[in-house]
Amino acid sequence: MLGRKPRVGLFVTCLVDLLRPSIGFAAVRLLEKAGCVVEVPQSQTCCGQPAFNSGDRRDTAALARQTIAAFEEVDYLVAPSGSCAGMIRKHYPTLFPEGSDDRFRAEALAQRSYELVSFLVDVMGVGDLDADYPRVVTYHDSCSGLRELEIRSQPRQLLAKVKGLKVTEMKDAEVCCGFGGTFCVKYPEISNDMVRKKIANVTASGAEVLLAGDLGCLMNMAGKLSREGSRIEVRHVAEVLAGETGGPPIGGGDPG
Amino acid sequence: METRSSEFKENATRALHDAELQRALENVPRGFIQRRLAARDRLPEFEALRDEARAIKDHTLAHLDLYLERYEAKVRASGGHVHFAADGAEAKRIVIEIARRLGARSVTKGKSMVGEEIELNEALSAAGIQPVETDLGEYIIQLRGEHPSHIIAPAVHLTRDQVEADFRAAHAHLPRERNLDEAAKLVHEARLVLREKFIGADLGITGANFLVAETGTSIIVTNEGNGDLTQILPKAHLVLTTIDKLVPTLEDVATLLRLLARSATGQDMSCYTTFSTGPRRPDDPDGPEEYHVILLDNGRSAILGTPFQPMLRCIRCGACLNHCPVYQAVGGHAYGWVYQGPMGAVLTPSLIGLDKAGQLPNASTFCGRCEEVCPMKIPLPGMMRHWREREFERHLQPAAARYGLKLWAFLAERPALYRLATRLGNRALRLWSRGRPRMSMVPLAGGWTRFRDFPTPEGATFMDQWQGRRSNG
Repeated sequence: MLGRKPRVGLFVTCLVDLLRPSIGFAAVRLLEKAGCVVEVPQSQTCCGQPAFNSGDRRDTAALARQTIAAFEEVDYLVAPSGSCAGMIRKHYPTLFPEGSDDRFRAEALAQRSYELVSFLVDVMGVGDLDADYPRVVTYHDSCSGLRELEIRSQPRQLLAKVKGLKVTEMKDAEVCCGFGGTFCVKYPEISNDMVRKKIANVTASGAEVLLAGDLGCLMNMAGKLSREGSRIEVRHVAEVLAGETGGPPIGGGDPG
Repeated sequence: METRSSEFKENATRALHDAELQRALENVPRGFIQRRLAARDRLPEFEALRDEARAIKDHTLAHLDLYLERYEAKVRASGGHVHFAADGAEAKRIVIEIARRLGARSVTKGKSMVGEEIELNEALSAAGIQPVETDLGEYIIQLRGEHPSHIIAPAVHLTRDQVEADFRAAHAHLPRERNLDEAAKLVHEARLVLREKFIGADLGITGANFLVAETGTSIIVTNEGNGDLTQILPKAHLVLTTIDKLVPTLEDVATLLRLLARSATGQDMSCYTTFSTGPRRPDDPDGPEEYHVILLDNGRSAILGTPFQPMLRCIRCGACLNHCPVYQAVGGHAYGWVYQGPMGAVLTPSLIGLDKAGQLPNASTFCGRCEEVCPMKIPLPGMMRHWREREFERHLQPAAARYGLKLWAFLAERPALYRLATRLGNRALRLWSRGRPRMSMVPLAGGWTRFRDFPTPEGATFMDQWQGRRSNG
């Protein structure tokens, strides 16, 4: 251990920054409660996934270098997103030739980078929370978090500590919701079919609230639920774990 | 086969609106996924076998020339003939020559995706030789004049009702009032009809799941036994296969077979696993008088030594198709060529060109389920991404997407400018929303809002709020 409070750099993620800052503030609160000093490096923007998944390696590498430099000083990089954390942890090193200085720095950051909930459980050993949320929830396993970072038990473990909360598992919780970054606008009809199947499973679970750890997936599912006239609320898991559920859920709540 | 991969998007739209197809596709996740999971869980060493299998194939591919020579020598030693074919045209020429020499009028066929790849049936028919598909699924789609929609379940895109109608139309000599209301009755009827064809065939053509270098053996796995009748009854057995099917030893095949059926159908083993090594020997009670193997390249050797080489490990189990949510949504025909799903999205651009098949590696969310279930641990999403990189380098993507990406990257690489842009974007969205918590239409986001609402930003950006809090606190 460090013998002092770990310095955590919050990687806000571009979607949280633009659309739902409360997830970022919930992350700050959870990290501080877990005993971390939280900083938000100002030269961060996006992890580079849109470029990476569009085949633009040059811009991806430029964004990776920018993120690496922004977080070089902190002990950990923590993101409230499995896909951004997965990008940094699993893919940043592959962008640079072996033996290069960039590769060395990318690997150093990769080893210090985590998704928020798994960081709380696996690194900080968080077991207890003083959150209260007397609702029936279901949890969607976002693909990158699940398959790149093996995040499955950690969110469920912490949700079990939230007073009054009951988790009901949906069918095919680990099947993609159809978001896929640029996929959802490149192939809107296929994406729509996937999210349609997903929310049918969400609805069949009987849950009042849908939770997940990635805002992209959450926006996709929330947008489809509201379009279909569902009253199921959608929130990032960090909001519930931090006890910050006073504000409206993603996309509103009241009929818009 | 005619290529329609470049029309993937249009094909997908059609598939999504085809109610009968959608009904048939419901069977894909229902059957295969649970059974594979159960089969995997019954075998504690399943994960270790995947690593072993990957190593076997990687080793073979690294020494492919050696194993090809060894295999060829062994087949010749057992009295068989080996023909190397660089492409489909050459392979078809060899098949027709053999068939003509035998005076063949009818050819029975086991299931072969390589046959599809080179359009063998069309070539046989053009030469006046009748090809008869004997795998039930292949038989059905041959009746319909279609192509397989799944590498191991060719007719998975059809419902039982459709097959019943096809059988009633094709088997007009059978009593009209017969009952065909169960799949088992359809299978029985196909057996009766095909039995005549098996006996009448002059040449039997099968594919191969594996070729064994140390013994010169070709192996097929089936569940219907049609492959055995195809290769044993006629005068000659012709194995039409590709060079990537080689493995060094029988021991290696045993490892791969333990993964194949479990990954494909969730069976521990398929019902029939048939080894054939050369023609009938003097003491054999049955078997073909002639044994031929066509070893087709058709683009495989060009994949060796490229970043796509891991694709040559593929054993065609179909697990990546079964678990792919995109495949489940649109079915196999949307992919527009022989191979479908994630393995098709990676292999097709190698075989027919990125300019024709560039859509396929783009039609993925990178959910990673294919790689998770692939028995050969092929990094399918990574290779799809690699195709996208090639596309980007060659400027094959639509101009609008390219310029949009470049503009975004320009901003994202300049944090101060990016802050300004997100601040303006955030405000613009909030203005556009006119106080509503979500928007059903957003300019330039029609792809999104056509099917779902877009959330209005809660307030100022996180970065602006964070700065505000820090300077106040």
